[in-house]
Amino acid sequence: MPDTNLLSVRDLKIEATSYPPGEAPKRITIVDGVSFDLKKGKVLGLIGESGAGKSTIGLSALAYGRGGAEITGGEVKLDGTDILKLGKGGIRKLRGARICYVAQSAAAAFNPAHRLGDQVIEATVRHGLMSKAEAHKRALYLFQVLGLPNPETFGDRFPHQVSGGQLQRAMTAMALCSHPDLIIFDEPTTALDVTTQIDVLAAIKHAIEETDTAALYITHDLAVVAQISDDIMVLRHGKTVEYGSVQQIIEAPTEDYTRALVNVRQEIRHEAPDQTKALLRVDNVSAEYSNGFKVLHGVSLHLCKGQTLAIVGESGSGKSTLARVITGLLPPSEGKITFDGKPLTPSLKARPKDDLRRIQLIYQMADTAMNPRQTVRDIIGRPLTFYDGLRGAAKTARVKELLDQIEMGNGFIDRYPAELSGGQKQRVAIARALAAKPELILCDEPTSALDPLVAEGILKLLMKLQEEQKLSYVFITHDIAIVRAIADSVAVMHRGKLVRFGPKSQALSPPFDDYTDLLLKSVPEMELGWLEKVLATRRMESAGN
Amino acid sequence: MSNSAEAGGSPARSLRDRFPLAALIIERCLLSLVLLFAVSVLIFAGVEALPGDFATTYLGQSATPQAIANITAELGLDRPVTTRYFDWLGGVLQGDFGTSWASRNSVSEQVGNRLGNSLFLAGFAAIIAVPLAIGLGMLSVHFRDRMPDKIINVISLAAISLPEFFIGYLLILYFAVNFGIATFPATVYQGMGFFERIQTIALPTATLVLVVLAHMMRMTRAAILSVMSSAYMETAELKGLSSWRAIVKHAAPNALAPIINVVALNLAYLVVGVVVVEVVFVYPGMGQYMVDAVTVRDMPVVQACGLIFAAVYILLNMLADILAIIANPRLRHPR
Repeated sequence: MPDTNLLSVRDLKIEATSYPPGEAPKRITIVDGVSFDLKKGKVLGLIGESGAGKSTIGLSALAYGRGGAEITGGEVKLDGTDILKLGKGGIRKLRGARICYVAQSAAAAFNPAHRLGDQVIEATVRHGLMSKAEAHKRALYLFQVLGLPNPETFGDRFPHQVSGGQLQRAMTAMALCSHPDLIIFDEPTTALDVTTQIDVLAAIKHAIEETDTAALYITHDLAVVAQISDDIMVLRHGKTVEYGSVQQIIEAPTEDYTRALVNVRQEIRHEAPDQTKALLRVDNVSAEYSNGFKVLHGVSLHLCKGQTLAIVGESGSGKSTLARVITGLLPPSEGKITFDGKPLTPSLKARPKDDLRRIQLIYQMADTAMNPRQTVRDIIGRPLTFYDGLRGAAKTARVKELLDQIEMGNGFIDRYPAELSGGQKQRVAIARALAAKPELILCDEPTSALDPLVAEGILKLLMKLQEEQKLSYVFITHDIAIVRAIADSVAVMHRGKLVRFGPKSQALSPPFDDYTDLLLKSVPEMELGWLEKVLATRRMESAGN
Repeated sequence: MSNSAEAGGSPARSLRDRFPLAALIIERCLLSLVLLFAVSVLIFAGVEALPGDFATTYLGQSATPQAIANITAELGLDRPVTTRYFDWLGGVLQGDFGTSWASRNSVSEQVGNRLGNSLFLAGFAAIIAVPLAIGLGMLSVHFRDRMPDKIINVISLAAISLPEFFIGYLLILYFAVNFGIATFPATVYQGMGFFERIQTIALPTATLVLVVLAHMMRMTRAAILSVMSSAYMETAELKGLSSWRAIVKHAAPNALAPIINVVALNLAYLVVGVVVVEVVFVYPGMGQYMVDAVTVRDMPVVQACGLIFAAVYILLNMLADILAIIANPRLRHPR
């Protein structure tokens, strides 16, 4: 056969109809003229921000359009056959058999009503590729290859009974079960903690090598894709920016956009020298849920005026709970919190209005923290009326001033949240916090749902506002790179305990405790072969023990 | 619950944590008992507050004050309300609903017979209506917004929009009078053979099926449609499963709770809400029995019917809640 490519995509064009509120529906082009080739057993990384069309391209390899997206031009050839021309029945025979899909959130993509094992083998059995018994045997083998605990009984469990990392591996097993030629990995590690991500990445890489399957690997994290791909395609606004080997993209990018992605997150702020005058002091604070489950164990730390304290940890480490305790949403069971020299009332309800005003919050999901039926004017204006009693023209003037501060124009004042991008929504959330003229802002992962370059813009804005208004931040994140970029002091949390606290330069330098060491080593680096290196070190360490 | 937790300390809590399913079910059963007790108070009080009295109605023209006083004393109505309530409740707990004032027969015996008839009709209608409604609901999801979906919706909506007595008379007119393929009236009696019985109740059954079908069908459709946009439905499609299998295997199990609830409500309706249908078809069920008792102010019978209706209603809803709890894999298989 002259064509040695397994998958060959030419001039792909994908369109959708968008329904902007208050306007006539219009056609938009999501993917425009994208072409690439994939050989058997190779991995192509698709990288870009959200809206770049990378997931849409990935799904086109299954001839599937999500949410009304339609493939309107080009061809997608699998072994020389254009799958777009196959028709419903033909494409159904390919899906789950020769081409499989691993979704971003395995937690949502598994059916909660069925056992994992049954779901893993379902497609293989339904397509008549194996008998039930053979498929179970294959699943058991894959559970072993993917390093799942108790592989013999793992398949008997329900999705809610295993962790997110295990689900993601189970989903990979589901994709591998039918011996497919091609797997689409759609951000399989994005929703995971770094310490879990590294295991899943290693498992996926190992499984791909073991089974000689080709893969499309979709992500927004260049450091991740560098560990797993042979080639990389950088996408933006549905068009190809750059397409080349991993080595070329990482070490010698030719386009400005790629360079920006490679260089994202250098240090924005230098650590403040004096960290003694505390604005916020948390003393030996413990907290528990109403069912008696203890979530914080004797945490003590402090934050100085005009500085940033970064709190890092995995999900479940108690970092968001600490923020809830500081705001008074969850009163501490022990210990006390001092703000500006005076003890804070433990419970939110009993707090004086002025204390409420001085501490504000920014959430991870700006989407869910805003009323979708209110305009930007109402959203930002509400704290103005609540705290300062502003109304009418005075309120509008102040809203406009705040919009200026967050670098958004007056034109946005009458828009609804649905008409804003993710970054713009987060900016409006920041303006709402600023409206109260706070001294301390608790930022709960405000950038983790955003693309790297957009996140960078938000971080720079926060730093600028800090300079101008002497704001203090408690910045909760799981991203070490952000900590390096913006923090003055760092607190590392693990299972409700504070394992490390101090100025950034000390906290992030050796000697490390075990957990901080693991955390720092798990952060993917923009370096070829980093994954192998870390895994090799781990093996040596475990061999040494 | 909070009391026992305080008194027992952590063991009570850990029991609850260890067997969340059993704890929820026991809690639900206890709640039903409390509810049933409250309903018994309400029924007794309601009957007590009704205007008019049995003696006057019963004696009619010959209602002299002396005769009224005699009957009142004979029935024990001169005792205080609370005494009478607890007497009644004590009897009910032993399965004795007292004696009918009008016929001087045991209420329990009469009710037993009638209840059997009502349950038979309701059960037969349910056996047809429930699978049919759920099947049609899934079909209409499968063909959503296409012709079969629209036809199913129009027909079932038309059926629910017509009053049940009207449907009943229409069926009688066509199937019993014009075509002569069904029997009317649908009066069953003791000693009737099973198949003869089924033949006799064909028309009331058909009426009931038409009346409850739309509600269950539309809820099934809505419940399944609401999970169709879940990520796991996309997974099913990307696995190459057929749309029908995806609906039956992947969507329906996750839409069970609302479907179970609406099915239970309709089953309850089939038992307690069929007075009109029973009257139209001259069917000797509970509904007709209660209507007769109300006209002569035969209070023990009215109370017995009210309490049994309430018990059926509470029992079916309790079963629905318990089934919905069991249908949740998170509760059935704790971590």
